Amino acid sequence: MHVTAAVELEAVRFAYGRGGPVLHDVSLRIGEGEFVAIAGPNGGGKTTLLRLVLGLERPGAGAVRLFGEPAERFSRRSALGYLPQRASLMLDAPVTVREVVAAGTLPARGIVGRLRRSDRERIAEAIELVGLGDRADAELRRLSGGQQQRALIAKALAGQPRLLALDEPTTGVDAESQEALGELLARLHEDLGVTVLYVSHEFGAVEHHVQRLVLVRGAIVFDGPPSELPGVWHDPSHVHA
Amino acid sequence: MLDSEFMRLAFAVGAVIGVLAPAVGFFLVQRRMSLIGDGIGHVAFAGVALGLLLDVSPILTALVAAVAGGVVIEWLRSRRLAAGDQALALVFYTGIAAGVVLVSAAGALNVNLFQYLFGSILTVTRQDLVVVTLLGAAGLLCIGLLYRALSAVVIDEEGARVSGVPVGALNVVLAALAALTVALSMQIVGVLLIAALMVLPVTAATRIGRSLASTLLLSIAIGLCSVFLGLTTSYYADLPPGGTIVLVAAAAVVAAATAQALQSATR
Repeated sequence: MHVTAAVELEAVRFAYGRGGPVLHDVSLRIGEGEFVAIAGPNGGGKTTLLRLVLGLERPGAGAVRLFGEPAERFSRRSALGYLPQRASLMLDAPVTVREVVAAGTLPARGIVGRLRRSDRERIAEAIELVGLGDRADAELRRLSGGQQQRALIAKALAGQPRLLALDEPTTGVDAESQEALGELLARLHEDLGVTVLYVSHEFGAVEHHVQRLVLVRGAIVFDGPPSELPGVWHDPSHVHA
Repeated sequence: MLDSEFMRLAFAVGAVIGVLAPAVGFFLVQRRMSLIGDGIGHVAFAGVALGLLLDVSPILTALVAAVAGGVVIEWLRSRRLAAGDQALALVFYTGIAAGVVLVSAAGALNVNLFQYLFGSILTVTRQDLVVVTLLGAAGLLCIGLLYRALSAVVIDEEGARVSGVPVGALNVVLAALAALTVALSMQIVGVLLIAALMVLPVTAATRIGRSLASTLLLSIAIGLCSVFLGLTTSYYADLPPGGTIVLVAAAAVVAAATAQALQSATR
């Protein structure tokens, strides 16, 4: 039986402007419900790969599909939950956890009008799911890095996504919180059955939870269970070795 | 003071822009686009000059020019034809240069022009009040309806884009709202100072706000107080209203920063 993949890349090549290729001949298939870490050194192309998957960039050659549709024309965008790199977020604005999470309900609810009771319930549920129930009305900028990431994960979950994509979620998060973040993602993956794409230059926080590890350095240089990763590549900065 | 018809009209128009300018500016400031109002203000100046040259309502021509300027800035930015500040600089300087040339052609380098540049409470008519109230209400209704969407873009623009929120269209709406605010406010505050009324109340409120919603409401409250206090002071002290209103708003920023520092010290 043919099962539609959540993410499919076929012989993808990509370059920014007239620069050299960031990715070349990348083929990848991620099934629905998988928990996959995409790792590699900085500049290796993993964030570019994620941007291609989310339809934020178009491949120079090859094809990128999301749930069977071309990624750049994907029609069910509310099915995507995305946690971008923290540097791109306005985390110094006076915004509460509840307001951040409410922003995640927008795609499914439409952009005009007020929140309904069902939306408020969904927001509260998402906040509880990430363990921030007692900080729902706290300002995001006053929380720790780990708590901020939890709030942003709750935002992504509030839209009830089928695919949860996280870009460098452990940046600025202490080791203990990184471990807790990995456990949280594993629990959400199991409880909600959502496909999780975890993109990071290091994957220690989720190594024991992911089913697959994909190492990217311009091309895919490893794709398999983390336990089968050659020792020399365990530190992703050695991917070029 | 309120025995005078012109002051009642100035307060009524001031109430509308005291609410509208910070409400629009709130989303610009949170997205670090504070100077867009300045760029649009300078294009509105070219619109005023065109109106004086053609002998049609300068407010109307300023509104058209300001909306066009706002949309062009956003278009250049979104198409990556120019970085955000370069797009702004291009429109800013083109606007002021076109204004100077048109004013010279119209032979209008006189007190009429200065009313639009720096504001004058004597220029507001009943007809102006109707236009400002209707267009201001339309702008506020637009913000009310799109509040959640505009907030989502403030919090996480790329995340909103990925989830299918029409970020580009919302940016154009925001630029058009900023242009509308500039055009409606120029009689009271003047095109060269209106951007300050969009930015300073929000800058003050951001220092003491506890949430997006409370910061927006505080911005509006500070904007209204600045307009009312500024108009009153300008009436009794015979000062230009635009400059006085903006100085009151600047004082609010200093007061908010002081309150924030005191709060941090006592924590």
